[in-house]
Amino acid sequence: MLILDCPCCGVSGEETEFHAGGEAHLKRHSVGSTDDQFEEYLFMRENPHGVHLERWRHNNGCGKWFHAARCTTTLEVFGTYSAQTYEPPQEIKDAISARRPGWSWRNFS
Amino acid sequence: MKRYSAFAIAREALRHHTGWERAWRSPEPKAKYDVIIVGAGGHGLATAYYLGKNFGITNVAVIEKGWLGGGNTGRNTTIIRSNYLQDPSAAIYEKSRSLYETLSQDLNYNIMFSPRGVLMLAQTQHEIRGYKRTAHANALQGVPTEWIGPGKVKEICPIIELNGPRYPVLGGLWQARGGTARHDAVAWGYARACSDMGMDIIQKCEVTNVRTERGKVVGVDTTKGAIDCDKLGGVVAGHSSVLAEMAGFRLPMESVALQALVSEPIKPAMDIVVMANTVHGYLSQSDKGEMVIGGGTDAYNNYTQRGSFHHAEETVRALIETFPMLSRLKMLRQWGGIVDVTGDRSPMLTKTPVEGMFMNCGWGTGGFKAIPGSGWAMAELMAKGESPLTDEFSMWRFKEGKFIDESVAAGVAH
Ligand SMILES: Cc1cc2nc3c(=O)[nH]c(=O)nc-3n(C[C@H](O)[C@H](O)[C@H](O)COP(=O)(O)OP(=O)(O)OC[C@H]3O[C@@H](n4cnc5c(N)ncnc54)[C@H](O)[C@@H]3O)c2cc1C
Ligand SMILES: [Zn+2]
Repeated sequence: MLILDCPCCGVSGEETEFHAGGEAHLKRHSVGSTDDQFEEYLFMRENPHGVHLERWRHNNGCGKWFHAARCTTTLEVFGTYSAQTYEPPQEIKDAISARRPGWSWRNFS
Repeated sequence: MKRYSAFAIAREALRHHTGWERAWRSPEPKAKYDVIIVGAGGHGLATAYYLGKNFGITNVAVIEKGWLGGGNTGRNTTIIRSNYLQDPSAAIYEKSRSLYETLSQDLNYNIMFSPRGVLMLAQTQHEIRGYKRTAHANALQGVPTEWIGPGKVKEICPIIELNGPRYPVLGGLWQARGGTARHDAVAWGYARACSDMGMDIIQKCEVTNVRTERGKVVGVDTTKGAIDCDKLGGVVAGHSSVLAEMAGFRLPMESVALQALVSEPIKPAMDIVVMANTVHGYLSQSDKGEMVIGGGTDAYNNYTQRGSFHHAEETVRALIETFPMLSRLKMLRQWGGIVDVTGDRSPMLTKTPVEGMFMNCGWGTGGFKAIPGSGWAMAELMAKGESPLTDEFSMWRFKEGKFIDESVAAGVAH
């Protein structure tokens, strides 16, 4: 069972307290975008074998959205961080690098 | 290949079973094949089989990183039905179901197809309307299904509790020629037939790279060395995104864990398959007497072939309202598989941005039923470059907005 730390309220809880919200850092294309951009936003996914950056909601808690860095092959959680960002903060990148040297996800590494 | 028959059993019984042959050869890979199929699950093996049987293409290798049939094909709850909503789905799933009817004879291998009937329960008003609509769609598609009331439900499934406090049973969609089959035997039967046609099934060999030249596939690198090919079929279910990445493109797909569990064996209690989409569970009884139970997927990306405990708990908790007798059973085993889920819950049988490379994936939680039909269609696509059964299932339909929306028909995993 996954244990996640909510960066919004500070509570540490197991996965039944949270709701998985899919891939993080998607660009939300809107009116005036091309078919390719809509396809990217709505359907294309990294679906990586390894490090993944993803959205979670603390829905049986404070109700806030946040991001997590997690490994899809071991379920190890490297850390969680605020959703109000376009990029994982340096300490999250460092935490991933400590466990998965040479990792990359989209254009982050 | 020596054929299996009643006579063969008698002959072997008289000579202490010393004459049985291995069902398939385990060769070393050759330097080059006309076609390489990656993934020896049901869909990969069926693709190879129909390439040989329908198109005479037998210089084929099926490459498998583990053991054949060890992926989702050997982990599923074996429900076979074709009562989908959209026409392209009905076409390929019904083709598949009808091939299952005679597959044992065709392969000379007993796959134990058991058309015991599949019942999808309606437990809300919304589901009543949804299933009546599906029954009408199926009538137009030539797929025999019928809407039945609660009285008939109780008659064909006596262990059901119609008056559940939260979710009473209001009727159901009944497909009498749906059922189950022995999952391992489907993989083994196809493997034996492929091997007999001279195809090489190479197990314990992982594809690690897809080699291309000027946008065209030329071969793969594997843990047993480089192997060349003219055409490549990627049939690796939950690992499709990984294979696509090796070839330099992405797929509209995510991989999540789906799990199943079985109870201790009990005397025959239920001789049909029941799916309860509102409470998110489905159930059948195996020939050994175990109740075979499945539920929904986990919500997060996962490659570990393990599902989370709370999902199994939720599935069982929901089912005991409709099947109170289950509450007395001990659960024996639980396992998971990594399923490949697309945005419209329909598969992709498709060309790819790499010339000569094809993908057959996205069967997600419900592709066991589709194995023969999918193999049939994929073989045609790979041999001729097109197939009426795969036309609508291209990976580019998401860009065009031409979805084959089965998220209702597929409501629960299946
Ligand atoms: C718990 C569960 C219950 C299910 N219940 C049902 C059901 O009741 N009815 C139904 O119709 N469907 C059901 N399904 C879905 C069904 O099992 C799948 O859709 C189907 O088996 C997929 O078959 P496949 O051949 O595409 O994939 P798989 O059988 O998974 O085969 C893919 C193969 O590719 C191999 N592979 C992957 N990567 C590589 C590589 N790089 N190199 C070499 N080989 C590789 C894997 O080892 C694997 O053997 C269920 C699935 C699960 C997990
Ligand atoms: Zn919180």
